Amino acid sequence: MATRNGSSGFNFDLVLRNERLVERLQVDAPKSEASVLAKLPRKTGTTIAGMLFEGGVVLGADTRATEGNVVADKNCSKIHYIASNIYCCGAGTAADTEATTQLIASQMELHRQATGQALVPVVAAMTRLKQYLFRYQGYISAALVLGGVDELHGPSLYTVYPHGSVDQLPYVSMGSGSLAAMAVFEARWHERLSEDEAKRLVYEAITAGIENDLGSGSNVDLCVIKNGGKSVDYVRGYAKENPRPYRKPTNYTFPKGTTPVLMEEIRKYIEVKRVVSDL
Amino acid sequence: MRPQEDQTRFTESSWMSSNLGPSAQQALISHQRSWSPYVDNGGTVLALAGRDYAVVAADTRFSVGFSVPSRNLTKIVRLTDQAVLASAGMGADRQYLHKILRSRLEVYKYQHQKQMSLSAIAQLLSNTLYSRRFFPIYAFNVLGGIDDNTGEGFVFGYDAIGSFEKVKVVCSGSGQTLVQPVLDQQLAGRQKYDLPDDQRMASLSLDEAIELTRDVFNSAAERDILTGDAVEIYAVTGSGVRYERHSLRQD
Repeated sequence: MATRNGSSGFNFDLVLRNERLVERLQVDAPKSEASVLAKLPRKTGTTIAGMLFEGGVVLGADTRATEGNVVADKNCSKIHYIASNIYCCGAGTAADTEATTQLIASQMELHRQATGQALVPVVAAMTRLKQYLFRYQGYISAALVLGGVDELHGPSLYTVYPHGSVDQLPYVSMGSGSLAAMAVFEARWHERLSEDEAKRLVYEAITAGIENDLGSGSNVDLCVIKNGGKSVDYVRGYAKENPRPYRKPTNYTFPKGTTPVLMEEIRKYIEVKRVVSDL
Repeated sequence: MRPQEDQTRFTESSWMSSNLGPSAQQALISHQRSWSPYVDNGGTVLALAGRDYAVVAADTRFSVGFSVPSRNLTKIVRLTDQAVLASAGMGADRQYLHKILRSRLEVYKYQHQKQMSLSAIAQLLSNTLYSRRFFPIYAFNVLGGIDDNTGEGFVFGYDAIGSFEKVKVVCSGSGQTLVQPVLDQQLAGRQKYDLPDDQRMASLSLDEAIELTRDVFNSAAERDILTGDAVEIYAVTGSGVRYERHSLRQD
């Protein structure tokens, strides 16, 4: 966009325009936040978490996807494939987490072939992710927990924030349920957790999010990467503790004629003609 | 540019203290602009009427944003032996409304030596809500009960400022858009549009009505994140009020 007076630099006209638009929306529909947010894409309230243990890494996620206050998907998958030795949990806008992880997964496979490695390093995926997200200044709403195992550094665990900053920690959580999950980690985590203990703790952290955060719900997915990145145990539905408690024993039946027939026309056959154009 | 305009507009008002520094004034202005006296604490309420009963139900989840401060906070008040009220919306306003209604009914009872009738309660609730026309009580009410004389079940649906309607089935709150169409279809027979009005109404027994109520609350809890934890059901009949409570999804 051209700037005023031909001067150089950023032009913030559209920022003001957007503020006015939001104000107008709020006047039109008094339930302000809901009506404005309804224009935005699907944001997943989420609990995702990861934890290192001796020789590997555990990733965990809930399976609820929401659109405002409505559950859009009761069993969606939030642990995404990056490479055979790397997986990535995504929170934020569903389209952004999926597109971003797919893009980086493809780049990692090309990188692996170009460098002739058996496994790509986890830092490579982390670096590409943070550079990509930084370039978009936070407008790509992807908050990620990246975990994997490689020959260079062994088990690795990172969080990548939407603006492109990175943390490297032994246990991490993200999403609207991250406080509930982190509360469990801070209470129970210690060094030298076994694989089973780490899995148990991640499961409990995700469960804390499912129970206490309305943006998270349904089931727990777990993904364990170990053996130098050569074995992956991806468990969809590691825990399914929120089934529907009650269903009416009798069916909802619709008697014949519920939808009245307004017109009836029966044709024995239809002639199909092929018309070939000169053009 | 805009903050400057706003500041000018607000500092011209006479009520505002002029000895505040610019940053304090700015803080006051932004606080005023963002603070709202209303909070939606979510939840769904429902009332449906049969020939000789009324069912009033609500979930017990109390939420603020994505948090759940309580999983067992009732939205229902038993007003008389013939009338039960359920209110969705803001928790504080609901408790206030239930309190003043209970006190008005107590006074009425001693002044008239009888309980207030369902239709009188319906009108009292409307008047109470409209008395706050320009600072409304943020509660969305459904009132259910049986008629004093005929024993017939009836329910009343309200908006926040007292507009009300006597109906056979009504639902309000965060699960309204999910539940009301199912109730309309099942009870008001809206799909049978080739039938005359008096033949549309499905006649459910009380047990069937309670089954349907439990089912729709379970369905609402599946898809509405603000509805869940438990459902409380009050059945009003000629022989008094019956209460039951069942678990819903906890997530």
